[in-house]
Amino acid sequence: MADISQQLQEQVLQARSGGEKLNIVGGGTKAFMGREPSPDAGTLNVGGHTGIVDYHPVELVMTVRAGTPLSDIEAALAEQGQAMHCEPPHFGPDSTIGGTLACNLSGPARPWAGSVRDQVLGIRLLNGKGEQLRFGGEVMKNVAGYDVSRLQAGALGTLGVITEISMKVMPGPAASLTLVQDMTIDEVLHYMNSRAAEPKPITAACWVDGKVYLRLSGAKSAVEATAAKWSGEVMGNGQAFWRSVQDMQHEFFANDDSPLWRFSVNSTAANPAMEGKWFIDWAGSQRWFRGAGELGDMEPLARAAGGQVSLFRGGDRSGEVMHSQPNALKAIQRRVKNSFDPDGIFNPGRLYSWL
Amino acid sequence: MTTKPKISKAELADQFRTFVDADFVITDDETMKPYECDGMSMYCEMPLLVVLPETVTQVQRIMRICHEYGVPVVARGAGTGLSAGAMPNKEGVVLSLAKFNRILHIDPLARTANLQPGVRNLAISEEAAQYGLYYGPDPSSQIACTIGGNVAENSGGVHCLKYGLTVHNILSVEMVTAEGDVVTVGSDGLDGCGMDLLALLTGSEGLLGIVTEVKIRLLPKPEVAQVVMAGFDSVQKAGDAVGGIISHGIIPAGLEMMDGYAIVAADDFAGAGYPREAKALLLCEVDGTEEEVHEHIAEAEAVFRKLGATSVRTSQSEQERALLWLGRKSAFPAVGRISPDYYCMDGTIPRRHIAFVLAEMEKMSEEFGLRVANVFHAGDGNLHPLILFDANVPGEFERTEAFGASILKMCVDVGGCITGEHGVGVEKIRQMAIQFSDQELEQFHDVKAAFDPAGILNPGKGVPALKFCQEYRSLEYKQHKHEHTEAAHG
Ligand SMILES: Cc1cc2nc3c(=O)[nH]c(=O)nc-3n(C[C@H](O)[C@H](O)[C@H](O)COP(=O)(O)OP(=O)(O)OC[C@H]3O[C@@H](n4cnc5c(N)ncnc54)[C@H](O)[C@@H]3O)c2cc1C
Ligand SMILES: Cc1cc2nc3c(=O)[nH]c(=O)nc-3n(C[C@H](O)[C@H](O)[C@H](O)COP(=O)(O)OP(=O)(O)OC[C@H]3O[C@@H](n4cnc5c(N)ncnc54)[C@H](O)[C@@H]3O)c2cc1C
Repeated sequence: MADISQQLQEQVLQARSGGEKLNIVGGGTKAFMGREPSPDAGTLNVGGHTGIVDYHPVELVMTVRAGTPLSDIEAALAEQGQAMHCEPPHFGPDSTIGGTLACNLSGPARPWAGSVRDQVLGIRLLNGKGEQLRFGGEVMKNVAGYDVSRLQAGALGTLGVITEISMKVMPGPAASLTLVQDMTIDEVLHYMNSRAAEPKPITAACWVDGKVYLRLSGAKSAVEATAAKWSGEVMGNGQAFWRSVQDMQHEFFANDDSPLWRFSVNSTAANPAMEGKWFIDWAGSQRWFRGAGELGDMEPLARAAGGQVSLFRGGDRSGEVMHSQPNALKAIQRRVKNSFDPDGIFNPGRLYSWL
Repeated sequence: MTTKPKISKAELADQFRTFVDADFVITDDETMKPYECDGMSMYCEMPLLVVLPETVTQVQRIMRICHEYGVPVVARGAGTGLSAGAMPNKEGVVLSLAKFNRILHIDPLARTANLQPGVRNLAISEEAAQYGLYYGPDPSSQIACTIGGNVAENSGGVHCLKYGLTVHNILSVEMVTAEGDVVTVGSDGLDGCGMDLLALLTGSEGLLGIVTEVKIRLLPKPEVAQVVMAGFDSVQKAGDAVGGIISHGIIPAGLEMMDGYAIVAADDFAGAGYPREAKALLLCEVDGTEEEVHEHIAEAEAVFRKLGATSVRTSQSEQERALLWLGRKSAFPAVGRISPDYYCMDGTIPRRHIAFVLAEMEKMSEEFGLRVANVFHAGDGNLHPLILFDANVPGEFERTEAFGASILKMCVDVGGCITGEHGVGVEKIRQMAIQFSDQELEQFHDVKAAFDPAGILNPGKGVPALKFCQEYRSLEYKQHKHEHTEAAHG
């Protein structure tokens, strides 16, 4: 538990007056995300800024400092029978909530429970002028001012240092079980989407190695009744399986260096025709690909599938790793960046070379 | 920021008529009259002219011309907004999206729909019903309000606690920028690359762009929904029961609360069979599979009884459920019947302060000599105090506004905010200075400038000019804040 916001502010002000750049580091567990950190920049370590600031289980809201490890947050929630429904991945024990929001990473429940971004209610942000700002709030509904809190999701720290986050939390499910069965990749997209269109307590759906996995969670009676109606075998260690998907510990994700591509597409779109291995998650909305290829060649395929592609991990990280942006949006994002960080102090080039 | 128009009204109309059907470039006062305000009719202004384009290209051309001459543009959906966000600018154009009223495509398998911005909220669920699907956010104005307006206000409804706000239920937005470019923000995928501009646009009150198409997510219609109605002899007990349900691990599809005034007014109006002697009423809807609803309804009934409910009734049929909701849904017009005018506020507070805030409001009600009825989204702490007044009595509206301002201050003081779903618009622009510091407001202005450097989109709304804030803070705020902060923590 430490509040180091004063030090962080001083460091930013110093960098600003000295014309320096800063790479923001949370737990240091997602160094693989985004483009290579700029070699000329100093390090701003948010990892020491930790602690739960406020938590009222009955409000379903928790406020934490950005450097707090996910595991601390989850432990505090579990004591009250609550959880972060977006199931953020842990890349080791040091993954922080700040880094999780900056990367907008969510787990298997994402299509049903929402993303990290969806659960954020408010933040404190240190902008490039060294100003400590507060946006949003600690209540479920708040439409005063622009939604600067959710804007941070996916910005990879290019707009400022998130120092505090208020987020919505939810009760954990009473019961949960997983159904597994064999299925080909050609059949599975239709199958997962059809199941998702039924009013049943489905909370995860993925496909890997010729098998489809569906998770049901909620009231015990509802979970059991649905499992009895749907095909598939009840899996013995379902929880461990989903944990491995959430934390990307499943063997599909092994070998950090070989490129791992992420397609975020229309859940029903035909799978892009490419040689390689696929892991389909989020009932078809998120598809992981392992195989050879270039970002430039994959973008048209992703676009045809209604979405975007990024080089999530490995491969060449000196070039662009995120789906390219059309010129009008590029211009807007540059100006938005400039409005928060006029001197371009934070994470230069981390998200896009031009940002 | 707005530069004076360098083009006359007649010239502007002529330019628009070269590409928009002449009948839909409106310049006479009589035809423009219905556009002078939105649902917040106390704030009126006549525009320079009104234009109703029907293609995206026309919207682009309108924006390019307005950008060139620095003419303000106010987008308008159905005009049901409750913060005067769609109130015209007297030197500007009202750009009505009324002709963009088509549901372009519904994909039942992917559970999505492509909509033009003028599609009415309720029309979406009506059309999706044939596939067993519906659209989650359901503002009480859903018969009339448009999806474009919903995006601009990040609208919610009775079902937000479980199903989220507009921002949680949309995939992408096509918009025309202030400079006339068309951009698509978001995609069919759930989480895209880069900063989340879609979230920034949602709730931006027409200040960052003109929404010309929206792609939304649809949800499977629950198998069953049932509502438990519980009456209480004190607001405190009802407030505690809200927390009790949530602590029990049940997330209701809707959890609404009404106070004594509203109960009687709504019951007179709708004949819903509410317990008229109760001081507070909760309507708790549970939806899901048959089994789940069965399990949760029994638990909810038990929780309410344990926490001192004086009456508990559960809907046994769809008809009965509809009747119980009818009272809630007609609460505004019902209250409208017992008073010549009413003013609807929209603050959000941490739920644990519900009882305290309602008690304070009662004291203020006496202080200001104005009645107040409360009907609100208790599940997410979103209050809708209705202040009853008579606009024909000189000075009464001014007193109403002052009462409303005090309520919003109290919301901020207990850790809440000045608007949960109706937006800032013109109406709450002064209160922005209570919730935000000058540096924060300046950051908002800078964000606005990133989208609209010339400041032509809905100028004067949403974010106050800084000079104005300092005056407001020093004049009105200081003495109040002190009292309420002490009370809140007392
Ligand atoms: C101990 C250590 C020292 C390092 N030193 C350097 C160095 O000197 N120079 C260098 O170039 N690289 C350095 N790196 C590598 C690299 O900069 C970081 O790993 C990288 O910033 C990613 O952050 P993260 O790994 O902490 O991941 P996470 O904490 O998981 O963060 C991932 C992303 O989120 C951003 N982020 C995290 N927290 C916040 C926040 N609170 N607000 C806003 N954005 C946030 C990060 O900038 C990053 O983009 C170092 C890494 C470690 C572990
Ligand atoms: C009886 C009643 C009950 C209500 N209940 C609720 C409720 O439960 N929950 C809730 O959230 N709200 C509620 N409202 C408020 C209102 O209905 C919502 O804010 C609604 O979303 C406004 O939609 P509209 O189409 O009427 O927009 P308008 O009033 O026409 O416009 C609202 C704002 O959006 C902007 N805008 C409109 N269309 C566009 C576009 N295409 N592109 C860019 N900007 C645009 C306008 O410039 C304006 O700033 C209620 C209102 C009434 C009158």
